[in-house]
Amino acid sequence: MEQLGIAEQLREKFPGSILEIITHRGQVTLLVDRKDIFAICQVLKTDHQMNHLNCLCGVDNLKRTAAHLERFEVVYQFYSIDNRTSLRIKAQIPESDPSIDSITSLWTGANWLERETYDLLGIVFNNHPKLERILTAEDWEGYPLRKDYALRGDKEWKGLEELREKAIRLRQYDFYGAQTEQE
Amino acid sequence: MGKMNNNLVQIADGIKFIPGASAIVAPLNKLINWGRAGSIWPATFGLACCAIEMMVAGSSTNDLDRFGIIFRASPRQADCLILAGTITKKMAPVVRRVFDQMPEPRYVLAMGSCACTGGIFDTYAVVQGADEFLPVDVYIPGCPPRPEALLEGLIKLQEKIMQEQGRWSNLV
Repeated sequence: MEQLGIAEQLREKFPGSILEIITHRGQVTLLVDRKDIFAICQVLKTDHQMNHLNCLCGVDNLKRTAAHLERFEVVYQFYSIDNRTSLRIKAQIPESDPSIDSITSLWTGANWLERETYDLLGIVFNNHPKLERILTAEDWEGYPLRKDYALRGDKEWKGLEELREKAIRLRQYDFYGAQTEQE
Repeated sequence: MGKMNNNLVQIADGIKFIPGASAIVAPLNKLINWGRAGSIWPATFGLACCAIEMMVAGSSTNDLDRFGIIFRASPRQADCLILAGTITKKMAPVVRRVFDQMPEPRYVLAMGSCACTGGIFDTYAVVQGADEFLPVDVYIPGCPPRPEALLEGLIKLQEKIMQEQGRWSNLV
């Protein structure tokens, strides 16, 4: 299997970083330490023609227990259009310092995917060109996709509270609102 | 003279047409309400999947034009806002701005469960009902409501407009 070959080559090149090689239904997943993630991705892109980044997302492992699992992980799905091989990489990220190197300089498509992961899980991507929130409002507090985030949020977004106040303030300019003011 | 009065044609409740003079006789209040109810111009504004049903309601099968309902691409020319879809908190200030740009008289129709109550999205990101920040006139339930339900809601709005008293001057 070609994917396993790539995985073994990576293990030889980064002996300390590759924590585990998992094979499941013909799909190969590498559990890696975050420190060499950029170098690993660079090798995959240049030496193994992984020219397509299928997907990049974050996972909160709060309720999962398994060997090598940290609180968060970032999952990369790579695909080589030339060789028709794919590989999955899961980089482990501790809760104490949720950060990892950005791979936007290798695959431009990672830009918004990393922003989304930052927005919803609070994982910081070092050297990202524009690490800002992308889905929630700019002044949003908290990271909604974390497992310890309440479904309805801990407190109301202040933008909506301002909007409610504005709706009450502008009521006087409505026809019926203006009428009741006169009375 | 008595004969002429008999020729008046009633075209709506309390609104009479004089055929020979091509003139209409009616109380001003009824005349204005009649005109407004027959020319509801909604803003072309969709938020989620309900907007697809709204488009179908506007297509030839259901034909909103026969009610005088014509979608306007600018809120400045519209007098009805159909909230067709889920209103996220990030979108809510934009929805309010569209409403604020509409001139009086203006009406708001909440279309579907999401716009009415938040629907299935009882979450951090979704406004739990458009009436949190907008004066809603008609609520249309459904997920999504069929085009016929939207038509029913618009007819309800027409009925509501016909009941209004003096929404054209503070002196009335």
